[in-house]
Amino acid sequence: MGYLDGFRITFNKLFDERVTTEYPKEKRPKPERFHGRHVLNRYEDGMEKCIGCELCAGVCPAKCIYVRGADNPEDAPISPGERYGFVYEINYLRCIHCDLCVEACPTEAITESKLFEFSFSNRQDAIYTKAELVVGDDGRPQQMPWELWHEDDDANTSGWMRATAPAGNPDFENRVGWSGELGYGVRAPEMGQHAPEPVEEIDDPDHDDHHGHDDHGGHH
Amino acid sequence: MSGDPLFVDGVDWGDVGIMGLKVLVAFALLLVATMFMVWFERKLIGDMQNRIGPNVAGPWGLLQTFADGVKFFFKEDLRPENADPLVFRLAPYISAVTAFLSFAVVPVGGVFADVEGQTGTVTIFGKETFLQVADPPIGILLLLAMSSIAVYGVMLAGWASGSKYPLIGSVRASAQAISYEAALGMAVVVVVIMAGTLSTHGIVAAQAGGLDTWFVVSSGVVPFVVFLIAATAELNRPPFDLVEAEQELVGGFHTEYSSIRFALFFLAEFMNVITMSAIMVSLFFGGPSGPIFFGLTWLWPTVWFVAKVLVFLFIFVWFRATLPRLRYDQLMHLGWKVLIPLILFWLLFVSAKELRITYGWNPVIVFGAVVIGALVGVTLLIAALRAGDRAYQRELEEA
Repeated sequence: MGYLDGFRITFNKLFDERVTTEYPKEKRPKPERFHGRHVLNRYEDGMEKCIGCELCAGVCPAKCIYVRGADNPEDAPISPGERYGFVYEINYLRCIHCDLCVEACPTEAITESKLFEFSFSNRQDAIYTKAELVVGDDGRPQQMPWELWHEDDDANTSGWMRATAPAGNPDFENRVGWSGELGYGVRAPEMGQHAPEPVEEIDDPDHDDHHGHDDHGGHH
Repeated sequence: MSGDPLFVDGVDWGDVGIMGLKVLVAFALLLVATMFMVWFERKLIGDMQNRIGPNVAGPWGLLQTFADGVKFFFKEDLRPENADPLVFRLAPYISAVTAFLSFAVVPVGGVFADVEGQTGTVTIFGKETFLQVADPPIGILLLLAMSSIAVYGVMLAGWASGSKYPLIGSVRASAQAISYEAALGMAVVVVVIMAGTLSTHGIVAAQAGGLDTWFVVSSGVVPFVVFLIAATAELNRPPFDLVEAEQELVGGFHTEYSSIRFALFFLAEFMNVITMSAIMVSLFFGGPSGPIFFGLTWLWPTVWFVAKVLVFLFIFVWFRATLPRLRYDQLMHLGWKVLIPLILFWLLFVSAKELRITYGWNPVIVFGAVVIGALVGVTLLIAALRAGDRAYQRELEEA
């Protein structure tokens, strides 16, 4: 019918399924590598991973991280190295959750949980201090009263670095290149991008050209 | 009471009371209907876009408009520094009042069956009266007058805002309204010629009978289609919403308006949609006429009227969900070069037909004369359009 075809389409839409997720009432599952509120990890022995190098603060495009390092006290060291993060603050009124701090961190100290439903009634609460960011004794993030945690939001915080080979180099795929975590130990690698699940990818003759590309990662 | 011109010619308190009651009921019903129209549009357009639409305020979100209205009342009422204080305040009322007034001539009920003695009257307080606020002899002209005055509301709002986007929006609005009013008016003229009266009550009464006496059929479908398109443009509804094209003009003429003054524009816009649908039902679809099945004889016509209006409200929302906005030259092209010539020729046909019946002229000669006249007209029109195009091309080449 030419010009009038559109009317049929919009009319048929009346009987289509609705795509809306009614957010506060129902919630969609989050992606594996969701960027949420940060955590500061600890080693298996309870030592903090942060060495106060300030690389995260340097790389942060929103300038929301403030770090000051200090020498470890000799009698009671806080991190295994020479220095530790003495002050560590993240301002969540500025953070854009780009995860550049996570990539910059040399010791896997800062990673992100999946929590995003948190709000504050004053600016002071929006600035998370080290005491709030460091994981608890079970290796899980601390839960603040103004945060709404869901199932598994706190479980997979270091998934990013275990996802595939470091620096995207296929030679290192499935090789452990990370340290242990408090409460979890040294975690097994997650399946990399060459995991043998999608059949059509294995049959693909161009398959080998795709080695080392990171853009397939993340959807298992 | 001597000397009071109100109570002469047998007019007593009963008539005045009925009048007052009708005004009150029409006012209240129109407000409530507008409220639900806004909800209806938002819900329906949501459905057509695979969304849910308002569903939080009240059951199925029915009270959403009410909630919005309450919110508007409590918003800060801003007036830009450059705005003309008097005209800026006046403009929303022009829009709202004209929107209310146009509905006065629409017959919303009464039995219009093709039986002697059934002339669309109902009996209230022992007095026979029409189910419409007023039935002036000029009837349908009031609608045209009101929609012309409503342009002033938009035009003055844009001009008085002292800001450029509203001004552009209102200039567009007046150009658009003037262009399409011609086609709209001529579509009305076709109906008026066939009905032989300007009174809306008379027009509805002339269609009493069956489907084939409705003017949509007996005038050919063309005047109705032209009226529908021109009415959509007159209402500034999509796809003719260049007046408030959000992507280009922020909000068009009401950009600078906030709070209750914006609410008045909003109200007027949706009320006009209802009025225009009601007018279309009255002009082309027999108004409240329809089969009466059982019981409550006086109620059925109103039910039919509401059902017919709802169909048109649905169509207006459907337009909005389906059609993308026209470009400005396309708008003018459609108005001046398509709709107006089309309805002009249709007017020629219909009036020739009516004259032939009245005077008993020879049908072959009349038909031949009309065809020759139409051909001459089409030739002249095409020649004029070509000449215009050539002049435009020359200008382009020189530039």
